[in-house]
Amino acid sequence: MTLSVFLRRSAIASAVTFTLVSGFAAPALAADRELLNSSYDIARELFATVNPEFNVWWQEQHDEDVDIKQSHGGSSKQARAIMQGLRADVVTYNQVTDVNVLAEKGLVAEDWQQQFPNNASPYYSTMAFLVREGNPKGIDSWDDLVEDDVEIVFPNPKTSGNGRYTYLAAWAYADQEFDGDQDKIEEFMKKFLGNVKVFDTGGRGATTTFVERNIGDVLLSFESEVNNISKEYGEDDYDVVVPPVSILAEFPVAVVGEYAERNDNTDLARGYLEYLYTEDAQRLLAGFNYRVNDENVQKEFADQFPETELLRVEDVFGGWDQVMDNHFSSGGELDKLQRR
Amino acid sequence: MQRIGDAPRTRRLLIGLAVALSVLFLLLPLIAIFAQAFAEGVAIFWNNLSDEYTLAAIGLTLLVTALTIPVNLVFGVFLAWLVTRFEFPGRRLLQTLIDIPFAVSPVVAGLVYLLLYGSSGWVGSWLDGYDIQLMFAWPGIVLVTIFVTCPFVARELIPLMQAQGAGEEEAAVTLGASGWTIFRRVTLPNIKWALLYGVILTNARAVGEFGAVSVVSGSIRGETNTLPLHVELLYQDYNTVGAFTAAALLALIALFTLAAKAGLEWRATRREQFR
Repeated sequence: MTLSVFLRRSAIASAVTFTLVSGFAAPALAADRELLNSSYDIARELFATVNPEFNVWWQEQHDEDVDIKQSHGGSSKQARAIMQGLRADVVTYNQVTDVNVLAEKGLVAEDWQQQFPNNASPYYSTMAFLVREGNPKGIDSWDDLVEDDVEIVFPNPKTSGNGRYTYLAAWAYADQEFDGDQDKIEEFMKKFLGNVKVFDTGGRGATTTFVERNIGDVLLSFESEVNNISKEYGEDDYDVVVPPVSILAEFPVAVVGEYAERNDNTDLARGYLEYLYTEDAQRLLAGFNYRVNDENVQKEFADQFPETELLRVEDVFGGWDQVMDNHFSSGGELDKLQRR
Repeated sequence: MQRIGDAPRTRRLLIGLAVALSVLFLLLPLIAIFAQAFAEGVAIFWNNLSDEYTLAAIGLTLLVTALTIPVNLVFGVFLAWLVTRFEFPGRRLLQTLIDIPFAVSPVVAGLVYLLLYGSSGWVGSWLDGYDIQLMFAWPGIVLVTIFVTCPFVARELIPLMQAQGAGEEEAAVTLGASGWTIFRRVTLPNIKWALLYGVILTNARAVGEFGAVSVVSGSIRGETNTLPLHVELLYQDYNTVGAFTAAALLALIALFTLAAKAGLEWRATRREQFR
């Protein structure tokens, strides 16, 4: 091959590549407007179902075709990306603290929790247990988890929001059980944490540990997630147990004011989050094992969600700032409990 | 003299061991990828492949590669030329600096770019004033990919050009050739195969890069999701077949790259023989 042939062939090759690229990269349908939703890791399927429905709803009202783009990741990583310039119009997270961080930076309105009903949480969940088939260790509530022969799996509260909620749920239970007696609560928590067999860094890792590596008697996670796992890995192999007392886990939503304004999307962003509160959307959410506030939908799904006393973080711990300072900062309650 | 490998039994054992290990560590995983991708039949494989987001990921990966290769081709040739044909203070330092992208973890590279070019970074905040967004968009992905792959071409060329020496070029100078002519008629034909080899390696890495890209991507589905990121995303979605379909694509590209590389080597040795 002479050089000129070589050069000509390379030119042809790159031309072909570019044609391919432009063909692939061209959007299938050009929508009138785009909205970017920054969301947490395990919500992909949920929004893949909700977004097309929203598009229909919005089109009926405004005669405008919109395209909802999704970005998913660990919700703290997602919030950090927004601070570093990811121009999301709305956030739909599983941690109140991650929206608070954005509010502190002025990217989200300070009173974001007042901008939408139910503390800006269109759906919620709680912490539940996934046990092996037939529940051989007879685990029904939190006090069963501190028995000597019980091995627990849940993600590390230091690195995972999921694990944080589990820790708080156990604490809130103990707080109620022992009527706020600090010594007894700490003793309970020590036993609880002592029974943890593996601390994975995230929810998915904990699931793998429990399901695929077959470690532990009980996996603790969000009720929604626990139901999904049992559906995914075989309902015959696992049982879902929802304890009579647990913590309320809110799934906060907010408009990222600065970016929505810049993208000329403020109305669309608000509309999108408002849609999540409509009966249709609430039905979709309940289908993904999230609890919702819409009364009609609640009735329809009554069998799926056992009645549980849900304690609020604000009521038990005084608020997220206190939780982070007292429990999860370095040298905080969690560190002390693990030191034994 | 008797050497270790000479006894027939030892030889057979060693060969058997090498083959067994290659099968276990290289061939089996490769087969597993394709087996998993086709686990639910060709129709499902095709469905996964023609999924809107998978196509977008393929498109983005091709775009990134198509932009990375020319940049690094020019940069690599320029750098190798500079380092091997000229004497100047800091030459050795420059030669060491070339290797930085190999030395640092890609995740660190991604983070550094994010801190510099993100909207709160030094350069990023200035660009933000002009409404230019690099990070969490395709330009950011191209930037970090160029960074991660920039040593490949230069690293292939430098040893070769050093070994060849500047003799032929000096002869061309004495015959009155201009700089461009020397490069086109003397240097380029000499380094052609090494250059192509560098491009192939660059291509392989640009297509497969995960760490650095994952930091700056923002993982917007259908927009900033490259093929390797798409594999992880599908896997986390419990869509194993989809994940392995995307992985099979990557494996195919890798196989193609290896074939191209082998072909080049074969060609190069044949040329040596005919000389």
